[in-house]
This record gives sequence, C-alpha cells and structure tokens, in this order.
Amino acid sequence: MDLHLTAEKASLEEQAAIDAALKKQESEGDGASPAVATDGHAASNGLPPRSKRHLLLPVLHAIQERMGWISPGALNYASLQLGLPPAEAHGVLSFYEMFSRKPQPRVVAHVCDDIACMTHGAGSLCAELERKLGHSGSPCLDGKAIWQRTSCLGLCERAPAALITAAGETPRERVIAPAQEESISSAVAEAVGGKLTEQIDVLDPKVSAPQAGQPQLRLLRRVGQADPASLEHYRRSGGYHALNKAFEWGPERVIREVIDSKLLGRGGAAFPAGKKWEAVHVQRDSNRPHYVVCNADESEPGTFKDRILMEGDPFAILEGMTIAAFAVGAKKGYIYIRGEYPFAAKQLEKAIRTACAQNLLGKNISGREFSFDIEIRRGAGAYICGEETALFNSIEGYRGEPRNKPPFPAQSGLFHQPTVVNNVETLVNVPEIILNGGAAYARIGTANSAGYRLFCVSGHVARPGIYEVSFGPTIRNVIEIAGGVGGTGRLQAVLLGGAAGSFVSPKELDTPLTFEGTRAIGATLGSGVVMLFDDSVDLKQILLRIAAFFRSETCGQCVPCRVGTTRQEELLQRLVQRKPLGSNEQESALLKEMAQAMRDASICGLGQTASGAILSAMDRWSLFS
Amino acid sequence: MILLWGSNARETHPIFFHHVLKGIRNGAKLYVIDPRRTSSAQWADVWLGLDVGSDISLANAMARETIHAGLANERFIQHATSGFEAYRGCVEKYTLERAERETGVPAEMIRQTAHAYAKAKRAQICWTLGITEHHNAVDNVLALVNLALLTGHVGRYGSGVNPLRGQNNVQGGGDMGAIPDRLPGFQHVENAELRAKFERAYGTKLDPKRGLHLSGMFEAMEHGELTTLYVLGENPIDSEADRHRAVKLMSGLEFLVVQDIFYTKTAELAHVILPGSAGWCETEGTVTSSERRVQRVRAAVPLPGGVRDDMEIIYELAKRFGHDWGKPEAETIWNEVRSLSPMHAGMSYKRLEELGGIQWPCYDESHPGEMYLHSRLWREPLIGPRAPFSVVEFEPPVDELNEEYPIRLTTGRQLDSYNTGEQSRRFPSPLRRAAALDLSPEDGKRYKVCEGEQVRVSSRRGSVLAPVRFDPGLRPGLAFLAVHFHDEIATNDLTIDAVDPKSGTSEFKATAIRIEKCVES
Repeated sequence: MDLHLTAEKASLEEQAAIDAALKKQESEGDGASPAVATDGHAASNGLPPRSKRHLLLPVLHAIQERMGWISPGALNYASLQLGLPPAEAHGVLSFYEMFSRKPQPRVVAHVCDDIACMTHGAGSLCAELERKLGHSGSPCLDGKAIWQRTSCLGLCERAPAALITAAGETPRERVIAPAQEESISSAVAEAVGGKLTEQIDVLDPKVSAPQAGQPQLRLLRRVGQADPASLEHYRRSGGYHALNKAFEWGPERVIREVIDSKLLGRGGAAFPAGKKWEAVHVQRDSNRPHYVVCNADESEPGTFKDRILMEGDPFAILEGMTIAAFAVGAKKGYIYIRGEYPFAAKQLEKAIRTACAQNLLGKNISGREFSFDIEIRRGAGAYICGEETALFNSIEGYRGEPRNKPPFPAQSGLFHQPTVVNNVETLVNVPEIILNGGAAYARIGTANSAGYRLFCVSGHVARPGIYEVSFGPTIRNVIEIAGGVGGTGRLQAVLLGGAAGSFVSPKELDTPLTFEGTRAIGATLGSGVVMLFDDSVDLKQILLRIAAFFRSETCGQCVPCRVGTTRQEELLQRLVQRKPLGSNEQESALLKEMAQAMRDASICGLGQTASGAILSAMDRWSLFS
Repeated sequence: MILLWGSNARETHPIFFHHVLKGIRNGAKLYVIDPRRTSSAQWADVWLGLDVGSDISLANAMARETIHAGLANERFIQHATSGFEAYRGCVEKYTLERAERETGVPAEMIRQTAHAYAKAKRAQICWTLGITEHHNAVDNVLALVNLALLTGHVGRYGSGVNPLRGQNNVQGGGDMGAIPDRLPGFQHVENAELRAKFERAYGTKLDPKRGLHLSGMFEAMEHGELTTLYVLGENPIDSEADRHRAVKLMSGLEFLVVQDIFYTKTAELAHVILPGSAGWCETEGTVTSSERRVQRVRAAVPLPGGVRDDMEIIYELAKRFGHDWGKPEAETIWNEVRSLSPMHAGMSYKRLEELGGIQWPCYDESHPGEMYLHSRLWREPLIGPRAPFSVVEFEPPVDELNEEYPIRLTTGRQLDSYNTGEQSRRFPSPLRRAAALDLSPEDGKRYKVCEGEQVRVSSRRGSVLAPVRFDPGLRPGLAFLAVHFHDEIATNDLTIDAVDPKSGTSEFKATAIRIEKCVES
C-alpha cells in the first residue's frame, strides 16, 4: 500500500492544474477539517492521509485539459496528492481514450467516422482531412495540432460531426456539426492561434428537436421554449411542483406511484424504475449511505437524446434526481456525463450552482429535513462506462470495468453502497409521474410500454433529430413524423437501438416501437435509436464499422468479449474481402458460435450484444453470398 | 476510529499497518499520538505531537473533557467498572489548559480527540513501546485502559485496547509463562491452588515466590545475589539501557550461558555458548500472534551442522540434571500445556491445523476461540469481577531537561531493521537508513551543524559520536536515535535505566542530551 512514487517530477503548470482541481473538489465538500495552528505539536490532515482515489478522474481531466497530455511526472504528483500508487493511477489513465500518455499537441480535432456520420459523408470528410492535414493521429500544423477519427460523438442529428479541444490554462472546446473540411481546418487554425471561440449556445432546437414548441410534448416541452439556464423559466413552466408534491406524499407514496406508473428504464435495459427505487428504499435504516446516480454516459452510437435533455432542460434532471434521492434516502448524487459532451456538462454545472443557491439542492432543501448534493463526473471516452457497474468503478477512480452481478446496484452499487442508477430520460419522466399520478402515467402508451419515449432518428431521414411520442407508433409512423426517408428516398435498412441493437428491413416497418413490439421481431428498442440507411449504403461497411467499434470498446476484462470482438471483426474483414476461411457458410456458422459464447460468458452487456446487430443484418440480407 | 498511541506502526508493524490502511480506506479515522510526526502520523487524520512522557496528562485531560461533555458511557461504568469516583476526582485536575502546558498539544486538539474517541461507534487504542518504555510504563497503560472503560470502548467487536507485540511470538512467550510471576496460561505462581496443579503434574515442588524480571536481575547482579545467568535468544548487552552498567555487571558473572542463533555481543561474554535453532524455520511448535492466535510452525529446513533444536538442548540439560523427560516432541509438550492451561485446552494440533490457528481462550474442542476479549463486561448480569479504574498521575520523565542537557532524545526503530540488529544487520536492505542522529532542521540551524556532520551527543551517562540527519517530522528540541546500530552509535550508552517498578522496563524513550560540534583536529 506504499505509494512507490517514481522519480519523475511534475512541472509547475501541471502541479497548478492538479492543485486547482483538488481545491475545486474540496470546496465542494470533500474538505478536511480546518487545521489548528500549532508549534509542531499537532496536525490535522497535513499530508494525504487516505486515498482520495475517487477524485482521480477529475484530476486526470484537469491535467489533460491543461497540458494536452498526462506526463509521468504529473501522474506522480497527482498520485501523491490522492494517496494512490502511481501504478494504480497509470492503470486508470490508460483505460480512457480521451487521455493521452504521450506528448500530444494541445489542439485536437476529433472527427466522427461512426455509422450515422458515414451516411452523411464522414468517409469523404476524413479523406479530405487526410489530404489537407495528413494522417489521422499524426501531428499537423508544425506539430501544434492533431486530428483523429473517433467513434460516435452523439451529434448524429447534425452529421458529420467534429469536436475540437484546445488544452491550456483556459481549455476550450468547440463542436462543429455538420462539419466540412474547411470548418474543421479553420477552427483548428484558430485554436492553434489561441483564438478558438466556444459555441456556448450549442443547441439549436429547431435542428435537434424538430417538434420543439408543439403543445402535446411532455419530456421535450421546455426544450427550445424555456431558457435552460433560467431556474425562473423552469419554475414558471411547472418545474419543482413535482418535488413539492413528493415532499407532501412522503417517500413510500412516491415509490408506490413510480411502481404504479410502470416506468421502464430508458437507457436500454428497460428495468422497472420503481422496483430499483424500492430495493434501495427498504435499506434506509441500514446506516449505509445511499446514492442516486444519473447515467448520462450516453455512448451508444446513434443516441443523442440525453444530450439534448441536458443541454435543453437541465433542471428537469436535477428535479428527477432529487425526487429519487428523497424517495430512497440518499444524500449524495452523481451525474456521470460522457466526456464528449462538454456543453451538457457545463449546462448542468450551471444548473446545479443555481439550484444550490436557491436551496433546491444542498442542506435542508426547502427547509426540510432532507439534504441532497449532486456532483458531476465526466467520463473520458469509454463506451463501457455506460454499463452501470463500470460507471461506478469509473467514479470511484478505478478502471471502468464492469463488475459481476449479483450483487446488483441496489445492494452494492457506488462505493459498494445501495445505489439507484437511472438514465437521464428515465429521470425526466419522474416529475411527469409525480404531477399526474402513477396510474394516469401507466395509461399512456400501450399495455406493456407505458408513458412517453424519445427516439433518436438519424441517418437517411428528411429531418434527423429527437422525437417524442407516447408509446404506440410504428417504425413507419416515427419515420413519417421525421419527414420520411431521406438520401435516395429508397430505404434499405433501419437500425434500432444502436450498435448493440439490431437491423430491421423495410418489410418490418409496421412493427410498433414498443418494448413488446420490437421484442416480437427479435429486435430491441435499446436507447431509442432509429437510424435509417438508404439503398446507396454498403451495409457491409456499416457492419465492419460496428465490429471495429466493439473491438475498440471492449474493456478487455473478460476473455469471451476481449477475444470475441477481435475475432468477429477479423471474420467480417475476411468476408468483405471475399477471403473466407473455408466457405461463407462455415464463416457464418463460426460467427454464430462466437456470438453464442460471448452471449453466454461475457460479464456485461457489451460482449453479450456485440454480435447482435451484425447477426440481425446477416439474417435479413444475404450480404456475403 | 484507530488511536495509535506511542506507536510508529507504519515502520515497526508494517503488516499490521497494512490492515490499518485498509481500515482508513474503508473510512476509519486514524489518530496518531506520538512526539514525532512519524510516517504513521503522516497517514493520520489528526496527529497529536505530545512532549515525550506526557501521555498521562493527555489521557487524563481527555477523560476530564469526556466526563464534562457528558460523553462518558455511564451505563457501562455503572454496570461493569469500579473505582470511577476516585478516578473522576483524579482527572478533574487535568484541565485542557493544564494538559496543553504539560503536553504542548493545543487544548482544542485534545478536546476534538476526546470527543471523536468518545463518540466513535467503534474505537480501539493501539500502543507499543512509546507507552511502555517509560519509568511509569504500567501507569501509562492504565491511563489508556481508563479511557476505554470510560467510553465503553472495550469488549465489543472493533473496540478495545490493543498492545501491538514486537515479534511474532512475544504473546506466546507470555502465554507460556515467560513472565516472573506467571505459569503457563497466565496462572499466578503465588496462587497455591494453581501452583499445586502444576506441582502434581510435574511431580516436584515449585518456588512459591515470583521470580525476577530482567531489570530486577541486573539489580540482583549488582547486589551479588545473582551470579549465574542462562540467556536464551536475548541480547541484553545491546538492548539494555545504560550499556556501560550492563557490560560491567554481566562481565562480573561467575557463569554465563548464552543460547542463540547468532554470535551476539552478549555471547562474546559467555562461558558457554549453545548454538540454538531458528524458531520460525528450523523447529516444530506453535507461536501466538498479537491477536492471541495460536498457530502451528513447522520446520522448513534442517538444522545446520553443530546446532541443536532448542527443545532438545533443554531436554538434554534436564537429563544431565538427572531427569529423563523422554524424547522431545513438540506436540507432546503442547498437549501438556493444554492439560494445564485451561485457555489452551481446546487447541489440539489437529484443530490448529484445520482452522489455521485459534485465538485464545479456547476451553474445549468445541470452542471456536474468541475474536475479542472482555465481552463478559457487557453481559447482563455481569459475569466475573468488575473492571477497575486506576488513579494515575502525570510524572515527567526522570532524566530532566536543563541548560546543560536541553534536548529530549527519544529512541526507536526503523522499518528495515530489527531491535539490536542481530537479525537484520547482516543483510543489506535498500530501505536502510544509516545510523544517524535525527534532528529537526531548526535545531540544525541553531547548533550550526549540517546534514552528515559528525557531532558529539552526550547524556548524563555517556557520550557517543554520530552523524546528523535532518528529519522534518521532528520539532526543535526533539531528537531521535534508532537502536539498531550499536557498533556505529551505541545509543544505550546514553539512555537511562530508570526502571518502571511494575514492569521492569527502562525509560528508553526519554533521555536528556546535548550536542556539540566536534572540534576539528
């Protein structure tokens, strides 16, 4: 347990970044008791007495954002401050895509080449960038910048997308979507010159949520209508009524109503939210701290609904979490936001500060015997951290590797304490349920899919964006709401649920987009992705990209997934290049067998679903004959 | 909450401290009470750097504060203790202000610590030689026991008072009767009934009076009452305070036998040396750890040539004295212990092996052993006698500071080395810090000495040369010497043999010294 620091020293700039990050965290409640002045006869908390490992991720972010990379010296200094062996810190550092362990230019352009962006010219965009700036991953502009390909940035409604990050004393980030070679190059040049301007108002509701302003909307009713930074606007549009009602009801009634509402989790796993709450609530006398975690690590390719909610209606998320905390007896909550969402994080930070100032968060909320704080944690480019137990490990400062279940989060979640973990969209449904009652909510939608649902419609569609419906409409209906098929106008395939979902063919468009409807055709709603591909798309390339995605995102912890995702990509490559080992049928049988092994033996959903989309496509189309 | 009092466990009990660190990581609070800001103290939430030897003042002030703040566990005090009123009267004198004067620790820190200890759900006080190597060692221990009784932090899971043992089998030595007044199983030799049990088993009469402890033996040598000494695995020439006196007395013995695995400084004086076996790897038997867990030890390597098993040597001696005890066998001897010591009765070799050790007491073969002691104090109605409070008063160290000897020297151990160095100095260690006098950087300035410079260190008893090393964990007026390197720095030339009459321990921890620059020649 000794720290075993290495000899490398941190520069003054690195030290300053780390100290500032720790000070910020400590002022937010991790602080030590104030020391009494003495003549060398006493000390309190003078040296790092215990591991502050859970602050590792914010500290790594601080170094990366200041320096553009994380040097061994900086890691050493951070380890000393956190009371953590640098070898452990290195293990965490190397887990995340967004952290660089090698000297890297301070300006980085992340250019999405994932499937939604592929339908909007990401391929030619990257080719142009290669001609102009050189290879992905190699420094350009006299070594002052670098551009690199990246997986889905969650900006699919404005594909193709790019994210520019400029490290420095005031780190800057800018989203460019839709992006062209010129806009990326000029932003990179600006950033190198130290003049990158951030787009603060990144969300254009007319583009991202085309329904904005329509009267029937519930989850999206404030998006584009109310100022997301204004608590006043939020309150005027019915905000925090639900929290007051929850206070009147008491925790038991709140939980009963949420159970009665039949609200199922919107992150992909569709577990009854009320059941989760109840399982944590029943442990309130156990003397163990309880946590509420909002899973905002929206990383499923094609998914962007949570981002729009965070950017467009942040207080609704805070209210939903506060109600959950009140119901289960939690004093502390975390929002884990994916690293690629800088503006969502800023919007929520602002909202939390405002809510604290108005006593809607913090000690004795609204004068009651109920205190609740929310801390934001940013991910750092790891798809797997959307898996709830991996997310806990990530917050705790470990590698974001999923844990075995059971025990489930309700028993042993964050810091191994009882934890409610809900997706952003799930939490935004909560105030609706409280305001109108669980039974009323359950009547919305279909018998087995209650309530409202957001769909992320992207790809070859007339008006890509986020769409809210009450459960019931079919795939065809949703495409119609989004203006019909785009591109060539001739639909080839629809991907439901993202990379971990499944393809459906145009023959299946009358399937209702409900949990039970999709299940009936062997598909899944997942995170609400509806991605359209017209007949100009080479589906084989899409499948290859999905396979590459899983190979890159496997955490490597368990063998079936680590080996399986690589073998799957190799196998697809052989098929695409028409160099099968044996016959195509043999390859296909091998793929199915591997998929079975991954489904049966992987620790988490990543491995279990890594072949789902690929097999669903091969079942529906003879792609390789 | 863990209160580490007079212990630098980070260096002296590294394995134990590993568990402490796990506790810290699980949210336990660590308070370290030690004059030096040791590497253990650096892990602590709170460090109280009291002046050497002022422990009782600090403990009594904590007690007074606990009582005044209404944090004493009155139910427990009434139920299971005796002597509280006298104790309350005694500690009433120890105001926080007085304690601040006597210990140097700010009153507010003492108050905070008292409250934290009293309010903790589970708290244990762990101590080592910082408490016991004083002229009032037993009083120091009693002062800590008082705190545990006052707050009810005893006899419950996770709470208690916990002396950390210095070797793998110090506890076992005591268990087996290597204490002047006890027979195996802590049975008092002056209790006729208990003694009779042993006499029946041994078929011989036992001396009804207690024997001498180590310091008492030296006194007896001084008075000419003790002329023959058989030393097993001990190196008093290097480990006794006031080394000059120890050498003089042991050189004057008529007959000295030393049984050891190394040719120690003591062995150099011996008339007969019996090469013994290394307990941890060359012999069969059991050891008992700090947590009272009796465990099996097995011979892993054969004895080197010319060496005999310790057990065999003693059997052979017995034979020469005219008693044939038969063939020396560890298990047979252990079964004899079980037949005579009730707290070991249930520990058959078979069970020790199956369970990976058993914590005493273990009264019969269905008894699982006990994870912690004194749970009886919480039983309704109380079983057995009440636990007594003890009235103990602060007495400063014997070796007083004055203008001539203005610096307080305290001694101790380093991570890489072990006691007199017999078992450790023969091996190189990358962690070893060379022998040096540790001073605060401020004192370095004050006495105009620089790091590495050789200085003369003198006490009222002796004088040694030592290079200086600066340790920011020391404050001005406090110096430190390790006890491991007697060939380089004979630390015990300086220390005082002021002995605690109750335990026989010398006040190694508090010596008054001065330092002088060596005159260039």
